[in-house]
Amino acid sequence: MAATERHVRRLHRSRDDGARTAPQPVPATQAAAAPVSSPIAPAAPVIEFDDVSKHYGTGNVGLDGASFTIHPGEFVFLVGSTGSGKSTIMRLLIKEYEPTAGRIAVAGRDLSQIKRKQVPHYRRNIGMVFQDFKLLPNRTVTDNVAYALQVTGSGRREIREKVPDILRLTGLSTKLHNYPDQLSGGEQQRVAVARAFVNHPPLLLADEPTGNLDPETSIGIMQLLYRINRTGTTVVVATHDHNMVDRMRRRVIEVSKGRVIRDEKVGSYRVQDESTREFGALLRGQDA
Amino acid sequence: MRFGFFAKEALRALRRNAVPSFAAMATVLVTVLMLGVFIPVVQATTGAANEVRSRVLVDVYLKATATDADAERVKVLLEKTPSAGKVEYISKEAAYQAEKKRLPQYYKLLGKNPLPDTFRVTPERPDDIGKIKGHLTPVSPSGGRTTIDAAIGEVREHEENSSKILSATRVVKLTTGLLAALLVVASVLLVANTIRLSLYARRREIEVMKLVGATDWFIRWPFVLEGVLVGAIGGLFAVALLAIVKFALLDPLRSDFTLLAATQTMNFGVLMAILLGAAIAVSGLGSGLSLRRFLRV
Repeated sequence: MAATERHVRRLHRSRDDGARTAPQPVPATQAAAAPVSSPIAPAAPVIEFDDVSKHYGTGNVGLDGASFTIHPGEFVFLVGSTGSGKSTIMRLLIKEYEPTAGRIAVAGRDLSQIKRKQVPHYRRNIGMVFQDFKLLPNRTVTDNVAYALQVTGSGRREIREKVPDILRLTGLSTKLHNYPDQLSGGEQQRVAVARAFVNHPPLLLADEPTGNLDPETSIGIMQLLYRINRTGTTVVVATHDHNMVDRMRRRVIEVSKGRVIRDEKVGSYRVQDESTREFGALLRGQDA
Repeated sequence: MRFGFFAKEALRALRRNAVPSFAAMATVLVTVLMLGVFIPVVQATTGAANEVRSRVLVDVYLKATATDADAERVKVLLEKTPSAGKVEYISKEAAYQAEKKRLPQYYKLLGKNPLPDTFRVTPERPDDIGKIKGHLTPVSPSGGRTTIDAAIGEVREHEENSSKILSATRVVKLTTGLLAALLVVASVLLVANTIRLSLYARRREIEVMKLVGATDWFIRWPFVLEGVLVGAIGGLFAVALLAIVKFALLDPLRSDFTLLAATQTMNFGVLMAILLGAAIAVSGLGSGLSLRRFLRV
């Protein structure tokens, strides 16, 4: 556990230092840690699901003995149709639900050991993007992003420095003082991504981030997530769009009826350091 | 340093949720207004009732022939009477002076003092007056009433119709007390419900805050401050209205209506301070506590 946390913290610091210059080149340590380039997986994974089950009170099965491991720096698609258990995995990860059985660890930390009081602090280390954006309706774009920093007790100066930066990175420089209902769906999702990433969390979860968006806008959002991934953040994207996922040549974990039915491991996908443009081309279905 | 942020958040919420905030404020205003009118009315009526009750006395008149030694003996006797409270001696001279001051013309005509020495006995509880009177005038073997001491000429209840007063005031005190209690309960429920509704409309917002990693108190403080502000603004308006009504309408009429002049009502300033404090506390605590069920995400 200690190893990962130290690793993560180091990443965190190095990114904070360079917060003004948008996406950082992947640090050397990070490149080494990336699962593709090293045949031996790093010691401590970011996410570990060990035979996890979640049964709801109504008798529905959310998850049934799911096991998988995700390593630092990975970009993972979590695929499955509606009700397959994708969202259950996401909600278990942010400790909105407790598993009925099994063990979940994030950055080596057993989630069942986290007390209710510590949950908010735990969540600050995870960026979360939702299908319905979940923005605060009575705050401007700037204030929505700033809230994630205010929650952690950041000072006004830090907020003034970081928020415009992250909004520039997400392409929202012209919408700083708009309210969410004045933005298009794609723009709202960009705000949500900015909010999720402004703390530079080591892990970013996106639950159907493009579910409410048209294809071209979706590609923009996916490219944004990819750019975030290239700074060293582990990104997990849940989606039901099989076709898109198959084109991406990334790791895919497919769930169906609460079970993991497909987990394409490291070897099957290609070199990962394609540019954002190449990534976008893949999304569109053109061969890069 | 945190306080500035929370205060700003509270103000923003007030501005952005103008309609529910206004509803909560209006509720507080109406409630404080109602209590502000009702509490003095209750106090005035119970005060008036108490005043009437305190006037329930037993007068023990001595015979004109009674000596100072007789008076001394009767005094001890009265003080030993069960359930008798204060025993006050009014000499015939003192009584004469007092009455002369009250009705100068008549006493000028009289020339000499016709009044006897008097003991005025205040019962410990107004309801015991019958017992005292019975004790001082036991039933004689012949069937009539005698007095407990030879020097006592007559025992008389100060107010002949005291029993009527007693039962009437008892009813008044009971009903007003009950009404006041009901009104307070209704006000608290009303304010709590209004706050609940305005929070319910914002439960999504709270959920989002929790998902971003806000601690419970980080979310709660702005809501509590908002409640305090709503309570303060509503309460202040109500107090202002009450003050206007009091100083512009009631005070000029005070000399014409005895109920308004009743001295036992609470000091206006104190009452207003208590009402304002209660309005702030109820809405502040109400917001903080109502939030609890929305924080379970």
